[in-house]
Amino acid sequence: MDDREIAPLLAGVRRLVDEKLIPAEETLDREDQIPEELLALMREMGLFAYAIPAEHGGLGLSKWDEVRVIFEFCRAAPAYRSYVGTTNGVGGKSIVLDGSPEQQRKYLPRIASGELVVSFCLTEPDSGSDAKSLRTTARRQGDGYVLNGSKRFISNAPVAGLFTVMARTDPEDGGAGGISAFLVEAGTPGLSVGPKLRKMGQKGAPTADVTFDDCRVPAEALLGGVEGQGFITAMKVLDDARIHMGAVCVGLASRLLEEMTGYAAQRQQFGRPIADFQLIQAMIADSEAECLAARAMVERTARAMDRGDGVTKEAAACKYFASEAVGRIADRAVQVHGGYGYVAEYPVERLYRDARLLRIFEGTSQIMQLVIAREALKEHRRGQ
Amino acid sequence: MKVLVAVKRVVDYNVKIRVKADQTGVDLNNVKMSMNPFDEIGVEEALRMKEAGSVEEIVAVSIGVQQCQETIRTALAMGADRGILVKTEQELEPLHVAKIMAALIAEEQPDVVILGKQAIDDDCNQTGQMLAALMDWPQGTFASKIELADGKANVTREVDGGLQTLTLDLPMVVTTDLRLNEPRYASLPNIMKAKKKPIDEKTPEELGVDTAPRLTTLKVEDPPARQAGVKVEDVADLVDKLRNEAGVI
Ligand SMILES: Cc1cc2nc3c(=O)[nH]c(=O)nc-3n(C[C@H](O)[C@H](O)[C@H](O)COP(=O)(O)OP(=O)(O)OC[C@H]3O[C@@H](n4cnc5c(N)ncnc54)[C@H](O)[C@@H]3O)c2cc1C
Repeated sequence: MDDREIAPLLAGVRRLVDEKLIPAEETLDREDQIPEELLALMREMGLFAYAIPAEHGGLGLSKWDEVRVIFEFCRAAPAYRSYVGTTNGVGGKSIVLDGSPEQQRKYLPRIASGELVVSFCLTEPDSGSDAKSLRTTARRQGDGYVLNGSKRFISNAPVAGLFTVMARTDPEDGGAGGISAFLVEAGTPGLSVGPKLRKMGQKGAPTADVTFDDCRVPAEALLGGVEGQGFITAMKVLDDARIHMGAVCVGLASRLLEEMTGYAAQRQQFGRPIADFQLIQAMIADSEAECLAARAMVERTARAMDRGDGVTKEAAACKYFASEAVGRIADRAVQVHGGYGYVAEYPVERLYRDARLLRIFEGTSQIMQLVIAREALKEHRRGQ
Repeated sequence: MKVLVAVKRVVDYNVKIRVKADQTGVDLNNVKMSMNPFDEIGVEEALRMKEAGSVEEIVAVSIGVQQCQETIRTALAMGADRGILVKTEQELEPLHVAKIMAALIAEEQPDVVILGKQAIDDDCNQTGQMLAALMDWPQGTFASKIELADGKANVTREVDGGLQTLTLDLPMVVTTDLRLNEPRYASLPNIMKAKKKPIDEKTPEELGVDTAPRLTTLKVEDPPARQAGVKVEDVADLVDKLRNEAGVI
């Protein structure tokens, strides 16, 4: 959609954010839960449907459309996005990209309606950045599989109806080729979800460990019906998710800028607004410039992905730059607020804690650097 | 049944408006525009009538510049079926709007016409009443509740002394008050679908309405800045100030 066409969609999201989501942020942080009526509103608005193809009841937005919607949506605390984003992103995208037609028909419409929340289970206690070394096993038994192992830090696990689980089907192959993806429904005997973890920020986005103890699933639970494809699926999904995460960072950065400039214009010291002081202006200018740079990277990479270009390097660069930038911007936003930024009176104290996660999950900054360099060196070797 | 809903494009209610330096009006440059909140309530009421099964078609009408089409799209995204844009660059007065609406009524033959009780830009609170007079139809202004049954409507009105309920024959004109309902958010799928719904374009000339100005704006000024308040010591001090300084008791 061109800018004019997408404008009403963005205006609709902006209105929800300004009128409902931002005003409820404090409750969200305090109660560590999205109020039920807001979840219902997000479902009615169709926010769970953005990345699901139209033939399965979704909006079928292109990546470029999606990131512009996310820029708006993520002006609100990132925990709101987590609910919707994991389902549409890492969780649901695996089904969109590599699910069998039956799996797509079975799950995608319920995902699009917001009825089914999906969790993505890759990380384990002993395999985080080194995801390939994961140890959860899926042994073939009769006409199905038996899963054993534990998963760490799984977003939305306490509320998920479906878990996309990466497990090793080939014990001989300790690398990527031995990994397959399974769609495991909540309530399957042997699957248990641990207590909600206490986090620094992003309260309201529940995270928990997930354990599989002789958890039997039918053969139809194997994503796409093919073994050994799981890690490839995970990496494809992560390229997509990293662009999305870049957009999340841009949304949060623009919110922090609104908070920063609003406060600077209103706070008086030495007889005038602190916005008059050039040292404050420098913090605003650096933040604006970085936010714009991140936005430009994300929009450009999203459009490249829509064209079908390979974007592994660019997607990692988006996630890396945007999450580091929003970290700096959050820090400046607190600084501009002085002591008021350190106490819970203004949103920046909370947003600063929220922003910290963005440099860690879905690939740490260090892992993004490795990916960017690896891809750049690959290009060099190919003589590009 | 068919409902005609008027939707006006106005400066968004969150915007702090500025008066133009030459005092000819309000500065509209780069200002966020939205649907008049009372008209949103009107659209919502029409949708509820449709959902209750008493209405088949909802037509949203906006009158003004080309961009009023966006306001109509918002109504279509909420659920209205089609739109009519009456396009003019001319500054419109309540009587012009009432006459244009009357001409559209002649073409569309609606059973119910819903307008906001006023628009938040000029706060005239006249168009609905003028339209009812031009049509010689019953009117229920400041409605906080509307019930349709057997070709009639019970309209509860917010009047100074409390609530007044009238039974009106259809066709009728109603104007909405704040408490009539809480308008829904347009869903993203409906916003996408709204792009395909039809919007007819007309002009006041085609409808035979003369939009020559009847009113002259002398000047537009900011309201006087609010004076700082004072703290009173106690009740006696307050009563004394109200009596001797403010002269209100
Ligand atoms: C709130 C939250 C939600 C999450 N949600 C999910 C989810 O839904 N699904 C899921 O599967 N996972 C999820 N995760 C897990 C997340 O993706 C991992 O925490 C992350 O990938 C890092 O893994 P780790 O914590 O084991 O850290 P480690 O991998 O142990 O890393 C520790 C440090 O070492 C650095 N490091 C590691 N390897 C290298 C290297 N080769 N070179 C340089 N530095 C290196 C890292 O950058 C980091 O600084 C979530 C995590 C959190 C905190």
